[in-house]
Amino acid sequence: MNTSAGPALEVRNVSLSFKGVKAISDLSFQVEHHEICALIGPNGAGKSSLLNILNGVYVPDSGEIVFEGEHFRRMQPLEAARRGIGRGFQNNALFSGMSVLDNVIAGLSRHSRVTLVEEAFRLPRALGQERAFRQRAHDVLQLFDLEKHAETIVGTLPYGVQKKVEIARAIVAKPRLLLLDEPLAGMNSAEKQEVAAVIARLNKELDLTIVLIEHDIGIVLKLAHHVVVLDYGRKLVDGPPETIRDNPDVIAAYLGSEHAEVAA
Amino acid sequence: MSEINLPAAAEPVDSIGLKALGAAAAVGLLLAAPFLASEYWINAIIVPFLILSLAGLGLNLLTGYAGQLSLGAGAFMMVGAYATFSLQLRVPDLPLPLALVVAGLIAGAVGLAFGIPSTRIKGFYLIVSTLAAQFFFEWLFLKFPWFYNGNSSATIALSRGLSFFGLEANGPHGRYYLTLGIVALLTLLSLNLIRGQTGRNWMAIRDMDTAAAVIGVPVFRAKLQAFAVSSFILGIAGALWAFAYLGSASVQSFGLTRSYQILFIIIIGGLGTIRGAYLGAAFVSLLPLALDWLFQHLFSGHVDAGLLQNIQKAIFGILIIWFLIKEPEGLARLLGLRRAQGARRRLFPS
Repeated sequence: MNTSAGPALEVRNVSLSFKGVKAISDLSFQVEHHEICALIGPNGAGKSSLLNILNGVYVPDSGEIVFEGEHFRRMQPLEAARRGIGRGFQNNALFSGMSVLDNVIAGLSRHSRVTLVEEAFRLPRALGQERAFRQRAHDVLQLFDLEKHAETIVGTLPYGVQKKVEIARAIVAKPRLLLLDEPLAGMNSAEKQEVAAVIARLNKELDLTIVLIEHDIGIVLKLAHHVVVLDYGRKLVDGPPETIRDNPDVIAAYLGSEHAEVAA
Repeated sequence: MSEINLPAAAEPVDSIGLKALGAAAAVGLLLAAPFLASEYWINAIIVPFLILSLAGLGLNLLTGYAGQLSLGAGAFMMVGAYATFSLQLRVPDLPLPLALVVAGLIAGAVGLAFGIPSTRIKGFYLIVSTLAAQFFFEWLFLKFPWFYNGNSSATIALSRGLSFFGLEANGPHGRYYLTLGIVALLTLLSLNLIRGQTGRNWMAIRDMDTAAAVIGVPVFRAKLQAFAVSSFILGIAGALWAFAYLGSASVQSFGLTRSYQILFIIIIGGLGTIRGAYLGAAFVSLLPLALDWLFQHLFSGHVDAGLLQNIQKAIFGILIIWFLIKEPEGLARLLGLRRAQGARRRLFPS
């Protein structure tokens, strides 16, 4: 829609607290169209909370979100989905009793145009939509090499595979902004490379703006165009990956401790 | 059909042949049942079994698929029965099948209204809203004589009996075929819903409602749809219970005990499966008979009927607890009719 002027997403002076404990304080940054923006920072820095604000699961205490030129004091989850904000969760939030294919098709729900009666009687429009949805879901599964799991109940699959299903479900409805919370967690390095490549492709080929949280700094620095470093709910630094890597504050506050954490 | 394009779904020819043969045999058996079973079996066991299956199916859409716990099944059955009675009495030109559909729609609208709180409350607390329906309609249909046409026993019965577009359906065979036809049709429509976007929306809400909203599932609308569809089916089941099985019914026919019975049917049969309703209803219908037979043989009639009833209740209670703890997917899973799943159905979402 409004892709001409201004950034794709702007977070303005957003604060959030839980029962008096500040999770995010006065946070502002911008995400340009078609960029991959990585949020990094230690656990508890407020990264996931921020994503939850962006698609309406949490309501910020103050500040506002500007998405494609429109201002929001708060988002509603359904409204966010309708406006094209897709989301993958940190601890898989898949529908565990449904098959992989059904999980992905559920992501197309906002595009559904058939009525209950049409579906109950399998009228042509319902059948047509079902066929189109299945086709679209299969295409996305193919992208993640998940075809062989299509009919498997998702709760029975290994964590790394479930993460891929989550991303598939988030992008099946062709969002304009994709929020991913640790999309590579729990994967081995081959899987990480594979999924990182898919994310890069989505960004390039579908012109998808992506905000992601990731702990693997090596991959973040390669994948992201823009990195925002958070610590205790505040923005530490914000810039292209090259400047982040060499920033002494970041090395001291985040990279150092994170490496220590990983090594421990 | 579409399967032809999917090589993965193709099956060996003889397996397809066997399936078709099995289906044909099942249909043949269902159609021939009245000629194979005694009148007692049809009237007292098979017809109520079918109707309870239908009610279980209705509740399972709401509780097993959409994850919304309800103790109001009896209330929505009651609405369907009283609505059918009123329509047949006051709109005599409306043929019975259409009256059943309209009664179902009325029950559906009522279910939708009582489902509105589900957008704010979950699990245990939702029971309170559906219980309110139960007590409200028991009161309403007794309080105002208009609903039972002011007769002295406060019961409802169809004065013109059952008919299906001119075909009289009052005998055991007629009632069996009428019930079977309606149950089969509604089962088919439910299957279609479950396999489509509606069913996926319901299951998404059941499995994780926050994520469902975030990925664009219209949670509010889908919950209300589940209440409406579930109550539609329950309403028709209630009308059949009143007029195809009992003949004449009263508020007591749809009391809280009925609501519990329907809930037990789906817990025992299997939450979130279509066949679970049938298995559970078969179990509930046949267990008393089996126990009766067992006690007759073991104690040759020395156990009195009252004690037998209490023993039945105790056995039900123990089974419910066992199923809730050990096998939330019920008989459908125990009999190996359902593939193993990673997820367990929970009645009370955390």
